[in-house]
Amino acid sequence: MSEENAKREFWRGARSSVPIIVAVIPFGLLFGALAVDNGISPGKAVLMSAAIFGGASQMVGIELFGQKISPLLIVFSIFAVNFRHVLYSAAIGRHFARWPAAKQAVAFFLLTDPQYAEAERKVEENGKVGFAWYLGMGLALYFTWIAETLLGALFGRLIRNPEALGIDFLLPIYFLGLVMEFRKRPLWLPVVLASAIASTLAYKFVGSPWHVSLGALAGIALAASMPAKRQSARDLAMTAERSEP
Amino acid sequence: MTTILIILAGAVLTYLTRIGGHLVLSRFENIPPRVEAALDAVPAAVLTTLVAPELLSAGPAEIIALLAAGLVALKRGMLEMFLTGAITLIVLRQFMG
Repeated sequence: MSEENAKREFWRGARSSVPIIVAVIPFGLLFGALAVDNGISPGKAVLMSAAIFGGASQMVGIELFGQKISPLLIVFSIFAVNFRHVLYSAAIGRHFARWPAAKQAVAFFLLTDPQYAEAERKVEENGKVGFAWYLGMGLALYFTWIAETLLGALFGRLIRNPEALGIDFLLPIYFLGLVMEFRKRPLWLPVVLASAIASTLAYKFVGSPWHVSLGALAGIALAASMPAKRQSARDLAMTAERSEP
Repeated sequence: MTTILIILAGAVLTYLTRIGGHLVLSRFENIPPRVEAALDAVPAAVLTTLVAPELLSAGPAEIIALLAAGLVALKRGMLEMFLTGAITLIVLRQFMG
């Protein structure tokens, strides 16, 4: 790809991140505010956002910092909450395979929930995802996440009543939107139903965050157990391409 | 100091989850069709688990907001669907507490 083209794709990726940023802003602010409430300095809150870049796990982390809990357990909790990324990594990594190793290493660092969903959508539309576009979106999300954390840490006390603003329930709405984006895929409805039922049961009887991995496994196992002939033409073409010597 | 070490250790493990699935999968020469089908189901399967359990504690305001957002998602893009859900939720919570 020419440099000109790469630049254009980079900015296209950055622009596609706008709806995601709108949805994520309240959480970035809330995270910064809660971190300070839990006795973490704004600098450490920003370090956390910059190094981990995973909202849900950061929220769990700061909750535990406030209590007398062993450091190892906190680290393990962050790991457990983020474990779902293993699945994202396996699924989207297939489409990074032609990039140089350094670009892949960067791309995996930026692999958040929305980044993963949008990259999958890109593959659905074009049969592939380009690094420039991916980086544009990833960096836009990364730096706004850090900025939101800092703003929340500095001015978060101004948010008096997060419940009235619906902040606690905006993320499920947003994730529902991501789920809906894949509704044209084969077996979408059975997979969604299986994962919904399994994750709800696991949430009740096993507990968070294991409901994510257990619920996901139910949907994935269902897809794997179905006859393979329902693959779309694009998937078949790509499978053929990959199996070439 | 401990806090910084915890953050850095959490970051390293998080990165491992983000690259790990690919590292494991790339050791295989050919991916069987069933594994392909499984991987293609990952977006719907994982993202659903981030929504569904919320319904356990959801009241009418939350459920109506989700339904409204879901309906808009059938016809419109992400931004419209999110704003519909968010505004519905905020307005209904004023009345339903």
